[in-house]
Amino acid sequence: MIALSVNGTEHRVDVSSDMRLLWVLRDILGLTGTKFGCGMSLCGACTVHLDGEPVRSCVMPVSIASGKNITTIEGLSTDGSHPLQQAWVAHQVPQCGYCQTGMIMSAAALLKKKPQPSDTDINEAVTNICRCGTYTRIRAAIHTAAQKSGSQNGTKG
Amino acid sequence: MKQISNMSRRSFLLRSAAVGGGLMLEVTLPKSGLAEAEQTRAEAERTPEVTAWILIRPDDTITIRVARVEMGQGSFTGLPMLVAEELGCDWSKVQAEYASTSEHLKRNRIFRTMLTGGSRSIRDSQEYLRTAGAAARLMLTSAAARRWGVPVAECVAANSLITHTPTQRQVSFGAVAAEAAALDIPENPPLKDPADWTILGQPAQRFDIPDKVTGKTAFAIDTRLPGMVYAAIAQCPVFGGSLKSVDAKKITDMRGVVKVVRLEDAVVVVAKESWWNAQQALRALPIEWDFGEHANVSSDSILEFLREGIQLEKAPVSRHEGDIDSAFASAATTIEADYYAPYLEHATMEPQNCTALYTEKRVDVWAPAQNSEATVAVTAETADVPVSRVEVHKVHLGGGFGRRGLYIEFVRQAVRIAKTMPGTPVQLIWSREEDIQHGRYRPVALVRMRAALNASGEPTAWSVRQAEQSIFSAVRPHLIRDGVDIVGVRTFVDAPYAFPNMHMEYAMRNTHVPPGPWRAVAHTHNPFFRESFIDELAHAAGQDPYQFRRTLLQTPQASKDLAILDAVAEAAGWDSPLPEGVHRGIAVQDAYGSYTAAVIEASVNGKGELTIQRVVVGIDCGYVANPDSVRAQLEGSVVYGLTAALYGEITIKAGRVEQSNFHDYRMMRLAEMPTVEVVLRPTGGFWGGAGEPGMAPLAPALCNAIFAATGKRIRSLPLKNHDLRPA
Repeated sequence: MIALSVNGTEHRVDVSSDMRLLWVLRDILGLTGTKFGCGMSLCGACTVHLDGEPVRSCVMPVSIASGKNITTIEGLSTDGSHPLQQAWVAHQVPQCGYCQTGMIMSAAALLKKKPQPSDTDINEAVTNICRCGTYTRIRAAIHTAAQKSGSQNGTKG
Repeated sequence: MKQISNMSRRSFLLRSAAVGGGLMLEVTLPKSGLAEAEQTRAEAERTPEVTAWILIRPDDTITIRVARVEMGQGSFTGLPMLVAEELGCDWSKVQAEYASTSEHLKRNRIFRTMLTGGSRSIRDSQEYLRTAGAAARLMLTSAAARRWGVPVAECVAANSLITHTPTQRQVSFGAVAAEAAALDIPENPPLKDPADWTILGQPAQRFDIPDKVTGKTAFAIDTRLPGMVYAAIAQCPVFGGSLKSVDAKKITDMRGVVKVVRLEDAVVVVAKESWWNAQQALRALPIEWDFGEHANVSSDSILEFLREGIQLEKAPVSRHEGDIDSAFASAATTIEADYYAPYLEHATMEPQNCTALYTEKRVDVWAPAQNSEATVAVTAETADVPVSRVEVHKVHLGGGFGRRGLYIEFVRQAVRIAKTMPGTPVQLIWSREEDIQHGRYRPVALVRMRAALNASGEPTAWSVRQAEQSIFSAVRPHLIRDGVDIVGVRTFVDAPYAFPNMHMEYAMRNTHVPPGPWRAVAHTHNPFFRESFIDELAHAAGQDPYQFRRTLLQTPQASKDLAILDAVAEAAGWDSPLPEGVHRGIAVQDAYGSYTAAVIEASVNGKGELTIQRVVVGIDCGYVANPDSVRAQLEGSVVYGLTAALYGEITIKAGRVEQSNFHDYRMMRLAEMPTVEVVLRPTGGFWGGAGEPGMAPLAPALCNAIFAATGKRIRSLPLKNHDLRPA
């Protein structure tokens, strides 16, 4: 049995230790917001946070994730209220939407580290693939979310 | 033939063409109604249906049904906008739902068609959807007038309220919906003047987006059913080959393994608990293939085959005007060039997958398919059950791009597996490697063009010889006329340029690599060929490439091409100075009923590294339903089109595809994005497509900019294969 902490909930899963975290999330725990895109850490559709760091869960053995705090898109917010999710809606970012949860998780990890990221920061942090071509709106939405968080922090002093 | 006669014994006619794993193209109901139809009608009367398209509840909430599928293009919102505009409803009370495919078939194809492709969703359904909205508005207004006992002409409907104008009495749609539903549906209700539209033409927030940012959207691959098992597949690496043998005993002890299923050209491992188990066991499974007769085919041998097509003495003629021979004989300058474009794979982000549940009573299927009617047909044929026992659950697609319209072999595979284990739901997922190596590829093409210029630099003749694979010869024979694939020759045979003499030929060169419609189909490579060559002519004539095109677009039939070219050139500031080292390229194209043009600014440094600074791309699609969706489609086309121009290449070695995943089939990423500016210039009076046309001018505009920057004429794609360093 492997112990996993996912979105603040403790789970014990009976799987082989080399099973990739992506498939534990999707098939064992039923958290299907994290997507399978390539299986080789190339596209980022499977991005989740491990102790706040963005990781590509399709290549991450579940044993390595044990003992760490795992956050998936389902745990980012329960109601779409995260500033990035709101900015994503405001900019009408998704087209097919399949890659977007991974995009948002990559962007969320970036904003935690750099609340006011530059374009270069975004280029370096968001390397996920979107076949529909929503990159321009993704960049704009990240800036919008950053500004909103920044101004909220400002008013709170 | 056996399949056809079997199907004819059932209640449905299935027109099919078998290709590879088999393919159903169209499903049509016979004219005579079904026994179930009356029963369905009775059921329908108990729902809040005003008509099949529109449901209005007593609380005034409205549901508009969508027959086409959402794959990112925005139709799930744009199509209801067409209905809502004429319905005269409060848009904030509208939601969308998919029209059920089984209801559609039971009710004599009441939702017309469920095919999603060809940039057709809005333009092909706008008339019947607006008519459906207008008919329902008349029914609601009539119901209110009856209730009040006043002439219907004194009543108007707007914002979900019906008002009796003389007395200003009002009643809401919801209050009279049930009475309205009992009325006959008027056949030819008048439609609004587009000048009076309040919903159409205004940017609307898409219905599908909120759930796409929380992960709640369940794509087909997210289907979760009690007791579901998972299936991983390996298909014969060489197209046309078959499965020889597998040593299933080697994996029986592996975790979760349920069984091995042998198909003619593939092998499947079914496992419990997770697809991971199935895929791990598949990787360990010893498989022997019979590679068949194409195991020696390579990209080089295919290119040679295309060259033979160029050199054939004669080929079917696709266009002939005037007399090119005398024009070439008297030419001051003759320009000749060969152009080439490779195979491309779609690489939808959601890999091919299908979940199927076979029971004695019915077969349920969840699949990312662009045509749910074809999915029903394929399922019924594969499971050998009547169409009436098939339920296809419609879901949003994680990308389509043409991959899963004509070709849904993954449905056939999943149903075959499910039929071996009745009562157990099976989820088949292709790995990315299977997806890249078993696609339906944008075909290869080699084209030789010649043109004549007179002493004043005016073009007098243009000849084209296409040698390319036909997408449709195997699946849509009616699109082949006198040896010419009439889709494959588009861009050339309908070119708006006023050459006085033209001669065009088409040499069909079909290989064993399965072709398919890839976003924009012929309007991906053909515009690259044509618009690059036009650029060559402009430079040979010593003229500005934009002005050269303008001169050739002065005929009335070219007026819309000219207008969008002008609009984009103006927005881009074609004549304005550029920073040192940055150069512009331009291209224009009409496609899918719309008119597009692009100006691209790019630079190449001393190391030969290309940077794309800016893309200005414009469209005139006539009328616009949701302008933000059109904008998004053009923004997306920039990425899809430039990815292909920069990196896109599927190559063949030993009969199989060499690429396998995103490391060797590279995609553009965010860091590479240029500034993108979309120019929307809808001129009204017609309905054009939006999903594909924007693809057309991108590759040539980029390559023309590279020529301006380096003097190097790019005559084959992708650009990664070219050394752009200054000579």
